[in-house]
Amino acid sequence: MEPIITKHVREPNSFTLDFYLRHGGYESLKKALASHTPDQIIEMVKASGLRGRGGAGFPTGMKWQFVDKKSDKPRYIACNADESEPGTFKDHVIMERNPHLLIEGCAIACYAIGARIAYIYIRGEFFHVQHVLEQAIADARTRGFLGTNVFGSGFDCEVYVHRGAGAYEAGEETALLESLEGKRAQPRNKPPFPAVVGLYGCPTAVNNVETLANVPLIVQHGPEWFAAIGPEKNGGPKLYSISGHVKRPGVYEASMDVTLKELIYGEQYCQGMRDGRTLKAVIPGGSSVPILLPEHLDAQASFDGVLKAGSMLGSAGAIVLDDTTCMVWLAENLLHFYRHESCGKCTPCREGTDWLHKILRRIEHGEGQMRDLDLLASIGAQIGGKTLCAFGDAAVTPVLTTLKHFRHEYEAHIRDGRCSQVADWRARQPIGAH
Amino acid sequence: MSFHPKMAYDATFHKSSRTLADPGPAFVFTPENRARLDAIVLRYPADRKRSAVLPALYLAQSQQGYITGNAMVHIAGILEITPADVEDVVTYYTMFYTKPVGRFVLSVCRTLSCAVNGAERVVEEICAKLDIAPGQTDATGTFTLIEAECLGACDRAPVIMVNDAWQELQRPEDVGALLDALRAHGEAALTGCHHVVEKK
Ligand SMILES: Cc1cc2nc3c(=O)[nH]c(=O)nc-3n(C[C@H](O)[C@H](O)[C@H](O)COP(=O)(O)O)c2cc1C
Ligand code: SF4
Ligand code: FES
Repeated sequence: MEPIITKHVREPNSFTLDFYLRHGGYESLKKALASHTPDQIIEMVKASGLRGRGGAGFPTGMKWQFVDKKSDKPRYIACNADESEPGTFKDHVIMERNPHLLIEGCAIACYAIGARIAYIYIRGEFFHVQHVLEQAIADARTRGFLGTNVFGSGFDCEVYVHRGAGAYEAGEETALLESLEGKRAQPRNKPPFPAVVGLYGCPTAVNNVETLANVPLIVQHGPEWFAAIGPEKNGGPKLYSISGHVKRPGVYEASMDVTLKELIYGEQYCQGMRDGRTLKAVIPGGSSVPILLPEHLDAQASFDGVLKAGSMLGSAGAIVLDDTTCMVWLAENLLHFYRHESCGKCTPCREGTDWLHKILRRIEHGEGQMRDLDLLASIGAQIGGKTLCAFGDAAVTPVLTTLKHFRHEYEAHIRDGRCSQVADWRARQPIGAH
Repeated sequence: MSFHPKMAYDATFHKSSRTLADPGPAFVFTPENRARLDAIVLRYPADRKRSAVLPALYLAQSQQGYITGNAMVHIAGILEITPADVEDVVTYYTMFYTKPVGRFVLSVCRTLSCAVNGAERVVEEICAKLDIAPGQTDATGTFTLIEAECLGACDRAPVIMVNDAWQELQRPEDVGALLDALRAHGEAALTGCHHVVEKK
């Protein structure tokens, strides 16, 4: 498949309004306003089968349909640009190199659900990207693509960028809304879902950047065109972030009938493993999903394909690891992340991630005992499925799946009293306790 | 009346280990920063000024280098919330500093994709060159080292954020040169984000 969303991102000035207009920019918004009702847009997005690109793969048209239109409150679009899932960096590219596609998507989404304001919640670390977005918004506003009475249709729309301040949990949709309201990024109980009680208690649709970037394409080319790209129920162009021990890490666009093997070894993708090493494991959907082994690589990199292989497509950020990677070290590295990022609202996750990290650290440093392995499994079981948000399940996944596939490595650490995997990229000495 | 007569309800009983934010010097926004904040507040519904607390804190931090108790009180007054509401937010998010930091804050990503590309070695080199541990500021007050979690650019690992700017593909062996260049040229020494094709 020829790239669509990222077609021009390597060309100079691809982020400017003039460049975007030369390539048909804002025609979809014009078309949507001139010849479709909001409900028709929702029907189109439903018919296209577009599934959310933020992690869960929930159908976007359906999400928009759930937005409570009977309520007399204002409605909002909240664009999730928090992009903090380890191994994920695709929204970064869209916002930095093709920001008007996102802005056009936000405007069409507002029109569809009857909102006047879209807030783009961008992670605090993407400050350089924020400037690009804000300039793009200002330019679009000057030319009348945003603001009042867009294209003379009577439709008013503003897009604002809201900068986060370093919190992975702000990516969870209800935590994002809390953060937008000026509070700690801690999730709310669901239900009620944001579509009914969202930002400021008003009906809100929370959509990922890549999800919204697909919307202008659907309006422009039609839902049938979109659905025909890739396998059934997994339609449309997809961005993959691939990092780790591959020759050519980066963001690649493909239809979802591409396999993990093609993405990792394909000539136009990552071109295989670095330094002639062999592949040991892949985490296909950001750090929060089950680990896959070399024998799973023929799986289609689609929502359903990766699920069938025993994992999840998640954010489509694949972390590829070669045979120098110690799996106990990996679990410790990721649990350091989850321990640090737990929002602290519920006890199993707040306390449990700390315990898991401490035990993993102990094992990695050769001070573990065999009974620690049962302890890990039992703490994992006390967290999984028992927390307020999906973070808890995500946090135990690296532990439980490494234990499942690589238990022998854990046992070797405990038996030998040390980690015997050498790798030149590891610290020469364990970094201090933190 | 007490249900627990044996409990000591003396002066020590309510003692909490919690320490209040350092009030620091007196704080008000400069007129420019105040104008910026007032413009940002307009993006949110009139009764939802609190939404501007993160932007307000960024402005305070850019003005003073870190966030003090007095800054929190000032922001609370503008946004019509309590100082405790502001402190609640400050202490949650990692990008606000409640103590002075160096001229350059080096946030080295330590998460998986960066780690398997040598981020642990980068941290080690910085620690050795500056004689500090993560979380500390060097003796000259120039550099503060922080270990950060995934910064969202894992294809250009290892990644360092220097204040709000970026340095990517940072090899451990080049750390010394980077520190020297920062000392000499400030943030202009950084190569930034490699999506920017215009620079090349
Ligand atoms: C802990 C956690 C972190 C998340 N982080 C992100 C994120 O960084 N970006 C994102 O788009 N979605 C993230 N999500 C998913 C969102 O909750 C939500 O499902 C998504 O924004 C919906 O958009 P979509 O339907 O367009 O995919 C996260 C979910 C959880 C549980
Ligand atoms: S599972 Fe963790 S991140 Fe989610 S609400 Fe509970 S403590 Fe917070
Ligand atoms: S792991 Fe370092 S940027 Fe993602």
